[in-house]
Amino acid sequence: MSAEEQPLIGPGYTIGSVSDKIASIVLTRPTPRLWWVAFAISSMLLLLLLHTIGYLVLRGIGIWGNNIPVGWGFDIINFVWWIGIGHAGTLISAILLLLRQEWRTSINRFAEAMTLFAVACAGLYPALHTGRPWLDYWLFPYPNTMGIWPNFRSPLIWDVFAVSTYATVSLLFWFVGLIPDLATLRDRSQNRLGRSIYGILAMGWRGSARHWDRFETATLLLAGIATPLVVSVHTVVSLDFAVGIIPGWHATIFPPYFVAGAIYGGFAMVMTLAIPLRKVYGLEDFVTMRHLNYMGRVMLATGLVVAYGYTMETFMAWYADNPYERFTIVNRMTGPYSPMYWSLILCNVVIPQALWFERVRSHVGALFTIAMSVNVGMWLERYMIIPVSLTRDFLPSSWGTYAGTRWDWAMFAGSIGLFLTLFLLFIRFLPMISIFEMRTMVPEAEVREGVR
Amino acid sequence: MKRPPIYGLLAEFEDPTALVHAARAAREHGYTRLDAYTPFPIEALREALDLPPNRLSLFVLIGGVLGGLAGYLLQYWTSVVDYPLNVGGRPLHSWPAFVPITFETTVLGAALACALGMIALNGLPMPYHPLFNVPRFALSSRDRFFLGIEAVDPLFDRDGTRRFLERLVPREVSEVEH
Repeated sequence: MSAEEQPLIGPGYTIGSVSDKIASIVLTRPTPRLWWVAFAISSMLLLLLLHTIGYLVLRGIGIWGNNIPVGWGFDIINFVWWIGIGHAGTLISAILLLLRQEWRTSINRFAEAMTLFAVACAGLYPALHTGRPWLDYWLFPYPNTMGIWPNFRSPLIWDVFAVSTYATVSLLFWFVGLIPDLATLRDRSQNRLGRSIYGILAMGWRGSARHWDRFETATLLLAGIATPLVVSVHTVVSLDFAVGIIPGWHATIFPPYFVAGAIYGGFAMVMTLAIPLRKVYGLEDFVTMRHLNYMGRVMLATGLVVAYGYTMETFMAWYADNPYERFTIVNRMTGPYSPMYWSLILCNVVIPQALWFERVRSHVGALFTIAMSVNVGMWLERYMIIPVSLTRDFLPSSWGTYAGTRWDWAMFAGSIGLFLTLFLLFIRFLPMISIFEMRTMVPEAEVREGVR
Repeated sequence: MKRPPIYGLLAEFEDPTALVHAARAAREHGYTRLDAYTPFPIEALREALDLPPNRLSLFVLIGGVLGGLAGYLLQYWTSVVDYPLNVGGRPLHSWPAFVPITFETTVLGAALACALGMIALNGLPMPYHPLFNVPRFALSSRDRFFLGIEAVDPLFDRDGTRRFLERLVPREVSEVEH
C-alpha cells in the first residue's frame, strides 16, 4: 500500500474517543515510567546548565573556548542550531496550513511547542555571550541617559528584532491554538485545581459559532503572517555572517541555504521527538506511518537544497577565482578540521539519500537513525561555517585554532536539558496533539448536505 | 429592558449535520438571537446562522501598518535626527538597511493585533457565562453540538420556543439559568 492510500487516523475513532484519548494522557492516565526516567535525566542536564551559567557569570566568558581570532564559537553555533530547529515547527503549523496539508494536524501542536522551547534555548546564547547579561536590555532601543541608540544598519540588531518577534509570534500562535483544547481540559478535568488552572487559561471559551469564526480567521491570518516571518528570521541570521567579509561567510547563497538548512534540521528534530512519543503514549493511530513517511520526504527535499548549497559554495569558490575563498574551501576539506567536514557531508548529504527508498521511509528505526544523523550534521555544518572560517582569514599572522572547552560542552548539554525539560513538562500538562483539529479528521465530523 | 427570567434555551444534538439543519430552521423561523456551540469549527454554520463577516482582518491590517510605521520611524528618527553617525560619508537615511526591522515590527504589530483582537472581539476572558450552568454543556468541548436561543430574542417564548426546538429532534432541550 503506498503512503497516499493509508488513512491519516486509525480506524474506529469517533469525535468523542479522539477527544478522550488525547485528553486522558494529561488528565487520567498514569505518567509513564519512561517519562520519569527522561525527566530525571533532563532535569539533571538542566542543573548542569544552571551551574554553567552561574560559573559563567562569575568568571566571564573567558571560560569558553572563544578567543581572538575566533570570537564566535559554540555560543553562535548553538544559537543557529537551536533557532533552525524551531523553524520546522512554524513550517508545519503555518506553511502546511496554508497549503492545506491535512497531515500536519496531528504533529503541529508539539512541533509548535518544540519551536518555542528551541527559541528559548537559542536566545540563551547571545544573551550570555554579551558577557554582562544583566545589561542585555541595552540591545533594545530605549531612551537612555547615555544619549545613544543601537546601530540599525547592523544585522546584529536586525537579529534582536527578528528573534524576539519570532519568539512572540510563535508563543501567540501556539497559545491561540491551545485555547479550545484548554476548554476541553477544563471540562474534562477531575479535580478542582485542574478545572481552575485550565479554566483560567481557556478564558471562558465556549465554542460559539461566532468564536470559531473569528478563531479560524485568526489562525489563517497568523499562519499568513508567520510564513514570511520564518523565512525572514533565518535570512537575518544568515546575514549576521553574509554581511561580514570573512571568506566562508561572505556569500549571497546564505539566506536560502540557511532557511533550507533550518527546515531540514527542524524536521529531523520533529522526527526525533515524534518517534519515541507515539511509541510511549501509544499514538500510532494519530501519528501514523504516513506522517513519518511525509516528514521523510520533506527532509529529503530540504536536504537536497542543502546539498546544493554545499555544492554551490564549492563551485563559487573555484569559479569566482578569489584565492581567499578558494583557500577556505580547500582548508575545510583538507585542513585541520577536515574530519568534521567529511562527517558533515556523510551525515547531511550521504546518509539521508536513503530516504529515496519507500522501504526506508516506512521503517521507524531507519527514520530515527537518519534524523539523528541530520541533527548531528546540521550542528557540524554550523561548526564548519562559524569558527572554522574564523580560524583562517586573510592574514596568516592572524590565523588560529579553535576548540570548545568543557564549559562549552556543558552548556550545550545543558541547553538540551532545558529543551527536554520544557518539552516533557509540556507533554505532561498540555495536549500534545491538537484535540479540536483531530476531531475534524474523523469521518462523522463532516456536515452532510441534503440529508434528512 | 427587563431582564428575562432565564438566559435562554439550549438544544443538544448528536452530530454536526443535525445542528446545521436546526440552526438553519431556527433562523428561517425568524429567531435572531441564536448561536451554535460546537467542539470544532463548522464552516456551514456561518451560512446557516447568517453570521456577519468578522472585522478581525481590519484589526490585523491596522496593527501591521502601525507596527511597520513605528519600526521605520524609530529607525529614521534615531539614525537621522537624534543620533546621526557619519560612516564614510554614506547617507544617514540608509533605507535599505531599515527594511528588515520594519518588516519584523510589521509582523509583530499584525500578530499582536490578530491574537489579542480575536480574544477581545470574542469577549474573552469571560469568567462567568450562564451557559456553563447547564451540566451537559461541558460536552460541547467533547462531541456534542448545541443550539442556543436567547430569551432576549423578540420571538422568544418559554414554552413556544421549547416546542419549536423539540420539533428539531434534539437529544434534549434544557433551560439555561442566569
